[in-house]
Amino acid sequence: MELKFILESLLFSAQKPMSVKELRDLLANAATAEDADEAAKPFKKTKDDDVTAALEELAREHAAAARSYRLACVAGAWQFVTQPEFAPWLKALVGVKNRPTRLSQAALETLAIIAYRQPVTRAEVEQVRGVNIDGTIQTILERGLVVQSGRAEVVGRPALYSTTPLFLEYFGLRGLEDLPAADELRRIPVERPPAPVTADAGLATVPPEQLQLNEEAKAPVEEAPVAPSEPSAVN
Amino acid sequence: MAEYKVQFEVFEGPLDLLLYLIKKEEVDIYEVNLTKLATQFIEYIDLMRAFDLEVAGEFLVMASTLMYIKSRELLPADQQVVVEAEDEGEDPRWELIRQLVEYKKFKDAAAKLQTLEERQENVFPRLPGKIEFESDAPAPKPEVGIFDLLNAVNSVLKRFQDKTAGTREIYEDKWTVSEKIEFVLKTITERGSVKFSELFETAANRAEVVCTFLALLELIRLKQLACVQPEPFAEIEIGKAVASEVPTEIAATAPETEVDAVKSAPPSPEPAAAVAEEEEVEDEFDDEDDDDEDDEDDEDGDEDGDEEEAGADDQKPN
Repeated sequence: MELKFILESLLFSAQKPMSVKELRDLLANAATAEDADEAAKPFKKTKDDDVTAALEELAREHAAAARSYRLACVAGAWQFVTQPEFAPWLKALVGVKNRPTRLSQAALETLAIIAYRQPVTRAEVEQVRGVNIDGTIQTILERGLVVQSGRAEVVGRPALYSTTPLFLEYFGLRGLEDLPAADELRRIPVERPPAPVTADAGLATVPPEQLQLNEEAKAPVEEAPVAPSEPSAVN
Repeated sequence: MAEYKVQFEVFEGPLDLLLYLIKKEEVDIYEVNLTKLATQFIEYIDLMRAFDLEVAGEFLVMASTLMYIKSRELLPADQQVVVEAEDEGEDPRWELIRQLVEYKKFKDAAAKLQTLEERQENVFPRLPGKIEFESDAPAPKPEVGIFDLLNAVNSVLKRFQDKTAGTREIYEDKWTVSEKIEFVLKTITERGSVKFSELFETAANRAEVVCTFLALLELIRLKQLACVQPEPFAEIEIGKAVASEVPTEIAATAPETEVDAVKSAPPSPEPAAAVAEEEEVEDEFDDEDDDDEDDEDDEDGDEDGDEEEAGADDQKPN
């Protein structure tokens, strides 16, 4: 019996999303039961990685088959879910989901910053957004999407915030690494671009070389903004 | 006017407004003309004031930063005053652009989250109902606690209350618990399962009912019998304990205990037997004193009840 099909049958009948560990335990239980079937015994010591690999293969197969449902992993637990396009009929079947109101733009921005930069202090979030976030952080705390996960070891020991598993469930994410463009938005400092050009051509009286924007001028101009402050640094 | 108002309310802060202005200019953030931007930004703030909108402090801070940047541009680089605070600090222009770029990325991420949020609203998980193939077996029936049994036996005893009201009889000690154990086992073996009241149909008086009941408790304690209620408030049914998985164990161990219980009553049924005797005595001399009797029952029942529960736990893993 192929592992992926065993897992498929389990997930098909499971009443809740199953984590890899739960599935692995089920395999072990089936193999060690008193009247264990011969077919179940080889799976007694299935490794987590094998289960994950089988689930992923299964998910790929389901995706390739382009059925109305797919195998999804949300917050580390696997389950069969329908494709969003079939919502109109499913709503007729089960009723509209009892879901809280959608998040405001401010809440989404705050959540995004916390999600990518966690654990993060309120001040850091405010710095990115440029506004006070007292109200929005309260909202997302109350909705259980973020929690206070500790305190930063800096002056004042401000609270650190992190997202919860509910956050992953709410957005249907497998894990934090599943966030869109995750690698780009983590704590990677933004590359310093060639000199920002701020002078208005008609207005400014800066020497022309500081006004240049084009590619070939890049190298000399790069130093330009720093230049004025350099003499003072020497002083 | 209302138009503008709506527009302002959607800005999540000065950075959002700046991004909006840059987008309107259709230029890359890195190439944006900050002086021009500063002018536009301040125009918007003036507009907000004109419309009596509350201008958040953050907008004013941003406006002053922009003004500062703009003022610096008025002089050629070599004539610019070197500000002390800027020695170690970043170029304010670069600082602002970096902040804008960063904010833009998170704003985009927030938009993606919003898409996910909407998508997830339309995703329905498969939630099969509980599989109930095994529900034919008696397992899911509600278990009967000791107090349910006591209530049941009380209602049986009521039958005799009226009969014995005015008269007093002195009985010969006709019934014993061990005898009744045999009777109950026989009845249940013959009929599979019986209703609680059926067990007491033949009983002639309180003493006999009490004996039968004690026999029942004893058998439950020995895990020979199990009581179930097919549904809430239905009459209790008594059947063989669900021991199909471990028939050998019961067969091997139970009969011995049973024989002990039947033959000589000690050691295990001792408390039960003792109470039975007491109750019989009470019955003879003080038929009216129901309350005391109930207390006795309770005490006795608690013991048996605990054991019964323990027994039930033992059985589950099988």
